[in-house]
Amino acid sequence: MQDKAHSSYKQLEQKSKYTNMFLRWFLYFVLVIFALYFIFPLYVMVVTSLKTMEEIRQGTLLTWPSGLNFDSWLVAWGGRGYGAGDTFLKPYFWNSIKMVVPAVFFSTFIGAMAGYVLTKWRFKGDKWVFLFLLFGCFIPYQAILLPMARTLGVLGISNSVIGLVLVHTVYGIPFTTLFFRNFYVSIPSELVKAARIDGAGFFKIFFKILLPVSTPIIVVTIIWQFTQIWNDFLFGSTFSFGEAAPIQVALNNMVLSSTSVKEYNVDMASAIIAGIPTLIVYVLAGKYFIRGLTSGAVKG
Amino acid sequence: MLKWLEKNLPKIVMAPAVGLIGWFVYGFVLWTLYISFTNSKILPKYELWGVGQYVKLWGSRKWLIAVDNLLIFTALFLIFCVVIGIILAIFLDQKIRAEGVLRTIYLYPMALSFIVTGTAWKWILNPTLGIQKMFIDWGFENFTFDWLVNREMAIYTIVIAGVWQSAGFVMALFLAGLRSVEDEIVKAAKIDGANLFTVYWKILLPMMRPVFFTSFVILVHISIKSYDLIVALTQGGPGISTTMPALYMTQTAFHKSQVGLSAASAMMMFMAVAAVIIPYLYSELRRENAR
Repeated sequence: MQDKAHSSYKQLEQKSKYTNMFLRWFLYFVLVIFALYFIFPLYVMVVTSLKTMEEIRQGTLLTWPSGLNFDSWLVAWGGRGYGAGDTFLKPYFWNSIKMVVPAVFFSTFIGAMAGYVLTKWRFKGDKWVFLFLLFGCFIPYQAILLPMARTLGVLGISNSVIGLVLVHTVYGIPFTTLFFRNFYVSIPSELVKAARIDGAGFFKIFFKILLPVSTPIIVVTIIWQFTQIWNDFLFGSTFSFGEAAPIQVALNNMVLSSTSVKEYNVDMASAIIAGIPTLIVYVLAGKYFIRGLTSGAVKG
Repeated sequence: MLKWLEKNLPKIVMAPAVGLIGWFVYGFVLWTLYISFTNSKILPKYELWGVGQYVKLWGSRKWLIAVDNLLIFTALFLIFCVVIGIILAIFLDQKIRAEGVLRTIYLYPMALSFIVTGTAWKWILNPTLGIQKMFIDWGFENFTFDWLVNREMAIYTIVIAGVWQSAGFVMALFLAGLRSVEDEIVKAAKIDGANLFTVYWKILLPMMRPVFFTSFVILVHISIKSYDLIVALTQGGPGISTTMPALYMTQTAFHKSQVGLSAASAMMMFMAVAAVIIPYLYSELRRENAR
């Protein structure tokens, strides 16, 4: 009797083992299918950029290129060298660098200060001030495009990298403030209080107590701002054209301006060049990038 | 004087942020609101004209198409992003080997600009050399996939590219949510004989209500603002069949020079976003105060 019960238990265990194994396989199968779907466009971009137009016409999207042919990358980066009408990405890549570096610096600095005050030097109504800033994360920028265009005109910095630095600094502040505020909230205020009793001033407390522990949030903020500003198209295309344009605008112009035959390999090489800086940052520091993404949304 | 400075230093440090946002966000929105009530053409005029621009806007076929597209896009974008995001999050939560690699793959589109990914999708979806040709070469001779150049279907190509770009984000939100649930709850349910499906369906997913809410708000907000992707993929075409409000606004302002009308369309977008965001911020703030 006991023996029988034992063996049926064994059978059951065996059965659940098989179901489990089947479930595991199913799990991995679905995950891999989705991984292929997500990787597919990147794969197509890379192989297309390495093919000649002849190969592109003969093969399919998935066909492996015949060799490592970086010609279209060179054309995308440096042009064909025939002067007028020859658009290539190199100058616009530098425009983007010149725009991103100061804009990230200023917006991060202002956000750090604001987050510090909002958590460690609280004043009456500070919650409302935070909400006031926070709303700026969400406004559709269409509602500020027209006056911004006029303001940049009045200041004499429309169609310039400086103008874009101003725009990106300002509209980055809500995000940077959010990041620093949410980070500093979790740091015990007792330390700050003790330092204040000891007579330490506003800046001394910031530099001696807060800044040394801020590295993670500074990294998160810089990566977030870098990615946002590098990838921006709306501001770039509205407030700049021609020589002052950032790289995303130049990429779009290059792809749209089909003079004769469409060169998909050059298009794809251009797209990769425009995407590579943020992609590298993502691969190297993905953890911080994801923290930025989710901390804007899920708090506490 | 020095005493005053010391006492008010925090507020002085806070001033640039508040001042810049006050001017460049709130001031500018008010300016746009005012202009939407004027008859401004190329240059802004400051005499009030009433609600004429709004009447004109809602009588414009192009705007109605844009709103229609926005509704279709938002609905499909939401459903697919949330469903795919939840499936991936739950599956990844099963102590998967190579979880880090898979997560990196699912989320990398978020690091790229819509212009870059739009360029890639445009190439993949083009009927002459893209997916259609791939299937024909594989032997499916009657295979057609011309959505990108088909008036009726072009909007769905934007959904495909948009979902591809943002589904990983929803996955990240839900994975973070699932990981924050105490193990004890799941263990207790399993001891009570609940299988894995029941644990998720009856216990964990209902606990994810705030994550659903957050995803909903963020995705709706992304879709109302979507602009780059459409520019890169279809430029609103074929014809005007894939126009969306953000594209309508910039075209009306900067190509057609109808400043008043474009301000009215911008305010409609603003109100749509505000209707979603203000309740969200309110509830977030209340949650924080409750703790």
